[in-house]
Amino acid sequence: MPSHEAHPEFPPGASEREARLDAMDRRILNRLQRGLPLVRYPWEALGAELGLDPDHIRARLADWLANGTLTRFGPMFDIEPLGGAFTLAAMSVPEDRFDTVAGLLREMPEVAHNYRREHFWNMWFVLACESPGHLDRTLAAIEAATRLTVLNLPKDETYHVGLHLPL
Amino acid sequence: MSVCISPSEARLARRLIELCQAGLPLVEDPWAWIGSSLGCGAEDALALLRRLQEAGIIRRIATVPNHYRLGYRHNGMTVWDVEDEALARLGPQVGALPFVSHCYRRPRREGWPYNLFAMIHARSASELEPQRARIRALLEPALQAEDMLISSHILKKTGLRLPHPGENRC
Repeated sequence: MPSHEAHPEFPPGASEREARLDAMDRRILNRLQRGLPLVRYPWEALGAELGLDPDHIRARLADWLANGTLTRFGPMFDIEPLGGAFTLAAMSVPEDRFDTVAGLLREMPEVAHNYRREHFWNMWFVLACESPGHLDRTLAAIEAATRLTVLNLPKDETYHVGLHLPL
Repeated sequence: MSVCISPSEARLARRLIELCQAGLPLVEDPWAWIGSSLGCGAEDALALLRRLQEAGIIRRIATVPNHYRLGYRHNGMTVWDVEDEALARLGPQVGALPFVSHCYRRPRREGWPYNLFAMIHARSASELEPQRARIRALLEPALQAEDMLISSHILKKTGLRLPHPGENRC
């Protein structure tokens, strides 16, 4: 059986158990999904807003980063205004080659995410490149290496970005 | 929408991306930490962050949750073939639904008729269909075809990495 069928969908390395959160934890997490305020002393401002000790907020964040409840805390960048280029792309990969092609993409630094989806187009990945030219070369390299057609679906318009999970 | 930034700010932005790609340390004064790495003071670092946010290079400084640990174990990529004339009006309405995390217009291709993508998230598989139905209700008059792709395996998830071998990363 190919290895990808042996694992449930799950971020590699992260704990699968649902985190235990109390009401105060939920308030911190809901607030921080919207972002740290860009004021001179952001933790103090956040503490005042939530009625919590700023040191406690930072300590909880450190716990959640350590136990995998959060995968990251920091600036969320969009490199397109700096000349970078992103796209969403898909391939229809024959089952007997699926793991090989997934392995090839895993080795490419330009591939930021790759998901298996249950569809004729069964492999969906995001490319993050330094420039539009670099993106075109990367797509061509993937097509040449896999001998598969890549569906290139760059965004024409953004209507919404921002995962906010109500907790 | 985008505000122009100067070439020197673009260089600082690249250094900031490299500095923070693994995250911002949970120090008491994060702007002073950034400033000390960029060779400026905390006030200047904060001013830079504000300008980069205005220019759309920084969306926000925030937590990235692990959906699974927070109970959101189900996601679907809903895709829709919507009449072009209606999309500019309907796309933002779909994007504003609380369970939609990402919503984009993308080109149709041969073998791929869908021009609107909306990613939805739920705590149980049974919640996905009602969410999809709410999107369908919004799009109905201009809807030509639809599908939903469920992800079954994460094959890679590293996020943005700038390919600059040999440079320092904190």
